Amino acid sequence: MGAEFVQLSLTPILIGVLAAIACAIPGNFLLLRKQALIGDAISHVVLPGIVAAFLITGTISTWPMMLGAAGAAVVAVVMIEAIRRLGRIETGAAMGVTFTTLFAAGVLLLEQTDTSSVHLDVEHALYGNLESLIWLSATGWTSLWDPVALADLPPELTRMAVTTLVIALLTAVFWRALKISTFDEGYANSIGILVKTIGFGLVIVSAVAAVAAFDAVGSIIVIAMFICPPATARLMTNQLEHQILWSIFFGAGSAVAGYVLAGYGPLWLGSSNAVSAAGMIATVSGLVLGIACLYAPARSRVTASGN
Amino acid sequence: MLSAFLDALTLQAGYNAALVSVGATLLGIAGGCAGCFLFLRKRTLVSDAVAHATLPGVCFAFILMVFLGGDGRNLVGLLTGSAVTAGLGLLTVDWITRKTRLSEDAAIGAVLSVFFGLGVVLLTVIQTLSHGKQAGLEGFLLGSTAGMLFQDAVIIAVGGALSTAIILVLRRPMTLVAFDPEYAGATGVPVRLIDLAMMGVVMMVTVVGLKLVGLILIVSSLIIPSVSARFWTDRSDRLLVIAAFTGGLAGYLGTAVSATAPNLPTGPIIVLVNFAFFSISMLLSPKRGVLAAFLRHRKFQADVHLHQGLTSLARGETIREPLTQKMMRRAGYIREDLVATGKGRAAAAKTVLDEARWAKARQIIQDEAIFASYDGLTPIEAVLTRDQIRDIDAALGAPSPLSSPAEG
Repeated sequence: MGAEFVQLSLTPILIGVLAAIACAIPGNFLLLRKQALIGDAISHVVLPGIVAAFLITGTISTWPMMLGAAGAAVVAVVMIEAIRRLGRIETGAAMGVTFTTLFAAGVLLLEQTDTSSVHLDVEHALYGNLESLIWLSATGWTSLWDPVALADLPPELTRMAVTTLVIALLTAVFWRALKISTFDEGYANSIGILVKTIGFGLVIVSAVAAVAAFDAVGSIIVIAMFICPPATARLMTNQLEHQILWSIFFGAGSAVAGYVLAGYGPLWLGSSNAVSAAGMIATVSGLVLGIACLYAPARSRVTASGN
Repeated sequence: MLSAFLDALTLQAGYNAALVSVGATLLGIAGGCAGCFLFLRKRTLVSDAVAHATLPGVCFAFILMVFLGGDGRNLVGLLTGSAVTAGLGLLTVDWITRKTRLSEDAAIGAVLSVFFGLGVVLLTVIQTLSHGKQAGLEGFLLGSTAGMLFQDAVIIAVGGALSTAIILVLRRPMTLVAFDPEYAGATGVPVRLIDLAMMGVVMMVTVVGLKLVGLILIVSSLIIPSVSARFWTDRSDRLLVIAAFTGGLAGYLGTAVSATAPNLPTGPIIVLVNFAFFSISMLLSPKRGVLAAFLRHRKFQADVHLHQGLTSLARGETIREPLTQKMMRRAGYIREDLVATGKGRAAAAKTVLDEARWAKARQIIQDEAIFASYDGLTPIEAVLTRDQIRDIDAALGAPSPLSSPAEG
């Protein structure tokens, strides 16, 4: 656990943890509003977004891609809402139509453009490249105080940290409005909370979280972290405040455990190659949820309604 | 390009292309049928969980076959594996929804991301397991038609036929369960079994379509055709037929389009053709379409303006609202200088008479349903019978109805 750990594993673990937290916080509200699959839909449409951004700018740079992905997420949300209202189609089906179509459009665009020279492909979009986000210039724990080495931190780490911080701040600032409008829309309306705006804002924040996390860790972790830690936390408590804390704990825990298992697990089994960290983190979060489904204190509906 | 398209349409573009075309059409038909009840049951996205849950099965099967000394790429083996984990995913969604307080959408999201994540882990295991030999498993993500064999088409045909047959046999209980599960349960229909059968059919279509369209896009063949079909009918039997038709047609046209150029992957093109059908349906459907709704709205707006205008005419007031003026002129009720024409006076008289008739009708006819549906615009003849109107006129009494309101 020395220099090698700091150089190769510290930053991926931190990025994984931050991504998990950034997704888990809005995920709690989506879960309670029965919009859990918005995360799924958003992470599917990120692909056409970044491909479109690439086509327009011609480069693989971060900001245009983030903007493109966020734009695609907004397009998806508007499209789902339009199909739901204009066609009077239930939400699930409207989502299914929207995200498969946009994903297909993304794959088609990708095939149509010459992206062989750049690192942009469907697999990357799905799995991310967590393992490659290493901190090359680190020489050991002391590098944490070394400004030269710190300047060379992977940009994904800074970006993810800023995103997570912004999401946490927004949640704190709008806490009351978010909480009331999630549990009692009618009451929220009557005391002057802009329920529609809060709802749309939540989706936008989720999209931002998805896009930032997606850039670093791929869309599997994004979907898993939107749903699994909040769902696990939901089975632990009846209090929203506690649920958020639990979800952060489960998200971060899954990220660390998943990364370690992916990186070192195969070594313990005698194999020499690591397996996909993104996939392993999703798997671990699912296992945690499975255990919670069996043993968590507030897992059943009886507990939920009985006071 | 056009000739390539026509060649593909008439199955003249070569053996492989013809196989793909037939396979995609059959898959589209089966998907359209299987998706209908899923859509009516409002559980469309369960198919997404099922589709993503196939990945670990494919990988497990591959690893198992390699360990047993086989090739690892045996399609039947891979598909069996995918069916096993897809079934497990399905049961997990069902289990989470029944045993815990999490809602179905959370269960779907959890299953699809976790199973898919496990699949990706196994994919990386396979990469280290046997260098180079794993080629092709990635094809299950987005589908690949390049190496389509006769065997693949047969698998799609058999699986598709079987799933469609199950749907046809079980369509009555499935319809019952989709529309009113409580009633279905009360009349002795085994709701859970029917639900599982519905999902089993979905699973079957997903598994056989995996190779062709890929697991991320296969859900679109299940979802979009039935949603498109819903715009054209309110009957579940017709929904099945229309969904099967649009699904099949999308598969057929999609493969033909993708044959026209090298960079047009079949799976995504089929999805986009399906979406085109959906868009057309949503815009142009006569009853539920956007255009029809817009026209209805315009008609209603015109009716309201004309009604207001005619009421003003009858009272001898000047019409000031510009839109009302325009519509009254267009209908020939008033002249350029806002003076009523003969036709306008007659229509105004009729409007006032009908108001009086309605007021009287409320007193003498004891039928709440009629008045609940009355919006003030429907002509009275469209709601009441001629005999009823005669009775009302008699009750209104002299002077004779045609002359009295015109004086007012």
